[in-house]
Amino acid sequence: MSVITYRQALRETLRAEMHRDEDVFLMGEEIGVFEGSYKITEGLLKEFGERRVRDTPIAEEGFVGAAIGAAMLGLRPVVEVMTINFSLLALDQIVNHAAKIYGMFGGQNSVPMVIRMPGGGGQQLGATHSQNIELYYSFVPGLKVVAPSTPAEAAAMLRAAIRDDDPVLFLENLGLYNTKGEVPDDDDTVAEIGRAAVTREGSDITLIGYSRMAAVAGQVAEKLAEDDISVEVVDLRSLRPLDRETIVESVRKTGCAVVAEDDWLTYGIGAEIAATIQEGAFDYLDAPVRRVAMAEVPMPYSKPLETAALPSAESITTAVHETLRAVGRRVG
Amino acid sequence: MADTAKKGGGTARSTGGRRRSRKDAAPSIADEQPKALLEYYRQMLLIRRFEERTAQAYTQARIGGYCHLNLGEEATVVGLMTALKERDYLFTNYREHGYAIGKGISPREVMAELYGRSTGVSKGWGGSMHMFDTEARLLGGYGIVGGQLPLAAGAALAVSYRGGDEVVMCQMGDGTTNIGAFHETLNIAALWNLPVVFVVINNYTGMGTTVDKSSAEPELHKRGSAYRIEGVRVDGQDVIAVRDAASDLVERARSEQRPYLLETMSHRMKGHSVVDPAKYRTKEQVEEARANDPVAAFEARLEEAGVLDDDAKKEIADSVRDEVTDAADFAENSPNPEVSTLFDYTYATPVANESTRMPADPVFAE
Repeated sequence: MSVITYRQALRETLRAEMHRDEDVFLMGEEIGVFEGSYKITEGLLKEFGERRVRDTPIAEEGFVGAAIGAAMLGLRPVVEVMTINFSLLALDQIVNHAAKIYGMFGGQNSVPMVIRMPGGGGQQLGATHSQNIELYYSFVPGLKVVAPSTPAEAAAMLRAAIRDDDPVLFLENLGLYNTKGEVPDDDDTVAEIGRAAVTREGSDITLIGYSRMAAVAGQVAEKLAEDDISVEVVDLRSLRPLDRETIVESVRKTGCAVVAEDDWLTYGIGAEIAATIQEGAFDYLDAPVRRVAMAEVPMPYSKPLETAALPSAESITTAVHETLRAVGRRVG
Repeated sequence: MADTAKKGGGTARSTGGRRRSRKDAAPSIADEQPKALLEYYRQMLLIRRFEERTAQAYTQARIGGYCHLNLGEEATVVGLMTALKERDYLFTNYREHGYAIGKGISPREVMAELYGRSTGVSKGWGGSMHMFDTEARLLGGYGIVGGQLPLAAGAALAVSYRGGDEVVMCQMGDGTTNIGAFHETLNIAALWNLPVVFVVINNYTGMGTTVDKSSAEPELHKRGSAYRIEGVRVDGQDVIAVRDAASDLVERARSEQRPYLLETMSHRMKGHSVVDPAKYRTKEQVEEARANDPVAAFEARLEEAGVLDDDAKKEIADSVRDEVTDAADFAENSPNPEVSTLFDYTYATPVANESTRMPADPVFAE
């Protein structure tokens, strides 16, 4: 067992998968000579050469589409789009082609590929570089969308994504790259796409998040335990398919829930979770489901404004307290 | 086919004008094998009759959705398909029925797909715009203008990654040369030395907008020059000329591992789709298309050369008619896909918690 960063976990998994399978290759913007905008692919060009670590032009529709075509012939491209914001240029290829090729041709040709892309605010990058638009992809049958929150999960989930025969969008958060965690050495665990994890058991309230918000939810739960509040944390891990059962099972146990998401509130993933709870646990609910999300503004550059726009441990804690008050429990 | 590629000056390079008269550059057929010529003729006639039957079935509401026909483009279709080896891959746009037949898929399966039947080439999931056959190496018809271009480059990348010698052909219409994916893909294909031949079927009209109103460089084969991709323009109404030009480029793409661009000057006899009455067309355009009927012209040439006599003509006409009737009967009598298979093709690798609920199903049943 070693303690490594989320970034290292991704890099070591890419390296191991490339050694394991000759059909796995990397392509993307600045992943070779530059060694990756966020240094995930550091050292890999030197180790594997240009055939398997391929720098692309800044042409997202072109190179994402080319990866889809290569996957149609059985290769397993792992594409890095510099940030999820730029994937909008490739939206047609991802939504109209990667997602549909298996279905619209009657199951004759799958598309075994991974698109890795970071997102998220908090780096003072302004409106067009601080978005979490995972919702756009989570909406589409045919795509698989995963967003792991810890180094160990990132490794197990990336293995699963690479070995999966369908297009998997692998979402990373800029705020997670330097977070550390224990990752088993010589591990070959393959996560199960479509399964959420109860990362902390509790009895008073369910706190649901994914990616960075799942990590923050864990910290909030730990802090609240000091005040004798028992929080159960559900890390969704997979946004499509969505593990409704784990969510509902937890809420049936605790009777109330807060959803924390790093995207906009209206029509967001939290809305889907809240609806799922309503459909599956209405009779068990002691209070309305609360959602904590990003402020509904284009992300400002100014640090205090940006900080105010992002969901935080404090805003989640407040939502938990208010929910428990609604239940009739004295808190704080 | 490569040895005949340079014959007769068929690879008509640009003359600067919109059209070349067919007679200017028509390669001689004197040295051609009569058997091969008759096969081209038969295939062109088969596509013609198939599409006529398709239009009829559409008006009878046996076929749904959109329906874009190859009528008027038979020489281009057959010429291009003849240039490909069996192992070569093909990507097309939505105007694809003729290509599917030309790539070796049975007219039965093509017609059954149009009818949405489980026996269709895409099992009823694709329809007119999305035909696919692994064995025939037709890697799909695509409904989004230009969506197939990056995919074709990617398939060529896979070939190159594995050191194979297959070539990928990517067909598109004239309107496609204006979208971003055209330029991104040509750039990538040239940068990465990919064996892909991009073919622009220039029928002069992208839906209702003419090429000169939509393309700042209306000589579309020249648009490869920005990427150092050699472009060739050919008379698309002449099956031999198309075959020669396409064979030349396909074999060069194979041996040199680089992309090429071919523009075939063609005529669409009908509107953009079956439901388009093409009111935007001038009388002159309609007459031009009729006067340039590639099937009639080739038939006359074969008769003139003594390759096709009345008996052979009747025999071919009869066999084609029977084949089309058989295809339509097969489609008509094939079953629809079972509703129970609705969720079979969302994911190739099964996943936990995939939703397979029907509209009336509750998410959670107590």
